[in-house]
Amino acid sequence: MDKNNQATHLKKEILIKTIKAFLSDDFPENTRLIPFDMRPKGSEVPYRCCIYKEREILRNRIIATLGFQMEGADERTLLSDYAKKAEQREKPDEHTLTVLESACKGCVPNRIFVTDLCQGCVARPCLENCKFGAISIVNGKSQIDSSKCKNCTKCMQVCPYHAIVKIVVPCENACPVDAISKDEQGHARIDFDKCITCGKCVASCPFGAIHEKSQIIDILSKIKQGRKVVAMVAPSVTGQLPCNIYQLKTGFLKCGFYDVVEVAEGADITAKNEAEEFIERMNHGSKFMTTSCCAGYNNLVDKHLEEIKPYRSDTKTPLYYTAEIVRKKYPDAVSVFVSPCVAKKSEALNSPDIDYVMNFEEMGALFVANKIEVSELEETEFEVEASREGRNYGILGGVSKSVEAASQNKIEIKPHIINGISKETIKELKNYAKKGECENGNLIEVMCCEGGCVGGNDCINTIRTATKTINEFTKNSKPIA
Amino acid sequence: MNKITVKICMGTTCFVMGASSLQELVDMVPSRYGDKVEVQGVPCLEFCNARTEARAPYVTVDDRVVMNATVEKVIEEIERKLSNG
Repeated sequence: MDKNNQATHLKKEILIKTIKAFLSDDFPENTRLIPFDMRPKGSEVPYRCCIYKEREILRNRIIATLGFQMEGADERTLLSDYAKKAEQREKPDEHTLTVLESACKGCVPNRIFVTDLCQGCVARPCLENCKFGAISIVNGKSQIDSSKCKNCTKCMQVCPYHAIVKIVVPCENACPVDAISKDEQGHARIDFDKCITCGKCVASCPFGAIHEKSQIIDILSKIKQGRKVVAMVAPSVTGQLPCNIYQLKTGFLKCGFYDVVEVAEGADITAKNEAEEFIERMNHGSKFMTTSCCAGYNNLVDKHLEEIKPYRSDTKTPLYYTAEIVRKKYPDAVSVFVSPCVAKKSEALNSPDIDYVMNFEEMGALFVANKIEVSELEETEFEVEASREGRNYGILGGVSKSVEAASQNKIEIKPHIINGISKETIKELKNYAKKGECENGNLIEVMCCEGGCVGGNDCINTIRTATKTINEFTKNSKPIA
Repeated sequence: MNKITVKICMGTTCFVMGASSLQELVDMVPSRYGDKVEVQGVPCLEFCNARTEARAPYVTVDDRVVMNATVEKVIEEIERKLSNG
């Protein structure tokens, strides 16, 4: 589903209002009032059956925004109490995603369906071509017996009237690893043992029923407590707001952050290490290597693609190296990764050096709530300037290009890009692992999101404009070597 | 006929709430309407303060304010202006 939609808009509006409540003089009470402010008495009811359901779903969305799991939540708990608990929480919850049962429509199961457009024709190609005997004629029109249908779609293809359609459950359809399915009541449930935290279900649900649990209140609480909070901004942050990264740094400092560093700095280390590793692997007879910087891909390999593990680079992610630098420089600081996607939240949960993750939407909401016009800010320099290649890490092909540049022509690199993890590209990767080679290249750059990190599920800007902005910015950055 | 001026608010609020994707208009409108319509990204128009972020992004087409602006809504407003002269 296109990111430009009302469910995304609504989620961002809630983020802004929750942060505003936090910044106000009475966080719990002002949080409790958000559903009433958004749907005051007598206001129109844009989406649901009545104003009460609208408010209840908004309340649920706020609970997720406060960082709580909705599965098994006690509905009697007041929103104001949730706000108090969020403020006092010491560690973020284990899982990063949650399904709002109240918002989930309980879509009809995936199936092939004959619509009213069926003309009851004489040829009946659907009936003739069904190998499973699932089609019969009832009252002169075709009907599918779902117990016999194997979803082969043959009948759809042969119908001259395009009268047969495939009904999909968007979240199930978007999940590349079958980690989301319906429970007995027909509501979506995530199997966290299988989930790779790619966020594709979040982006695909037309009812906005799947939420990322935000850590924004945890982060703001740390700032309020007077802790040194350091933001580590992903390379893909360039172009996500109408300003450059130097103005962005000023913005973060204005919000109370102690320092801001570029993760592109860590990307430079990743590129150099990965180039060395690549040369060594190829010299030892390996036919290909995959990159290892994408958290969604790493989750996929760890949970579902054991066979490709030997081919995945052992080099750490740019975030890993950056967090290490920050920890060394500020041992007592709270580190926050500013991220294009939800997958990085799972990486942070497993890393002792990364305390929290704030996604780009949350970053945007933070500036809006603080009334900061980013385009009017002064610029603040970074202590270490990252390279052009490091800063290009977030665009498609950027990672392989930086490894190429870091290898300094010591070996021939032929990149092949996996542009988005899907059932098809998982098959493709499995195939390379099985054969022990990849006919399309020797360095496989794997990006969980289409378009690279700028296509991350939490990005504000479009892939095209963000990529263009990054290219314009990095033109003048220093080369890596 | 006077030139139509389209202003896309590029303030933080509007950008976050969806003006980022309205940047397409900057390329699209001149190729479609030539000299008749001018599009510019402008600093905050202050609608978010006067009204609410819920109706952002805001775009103005001459004196008309388009709320919850999308590429389609802005094009529709331009078409209306053009046909009314």
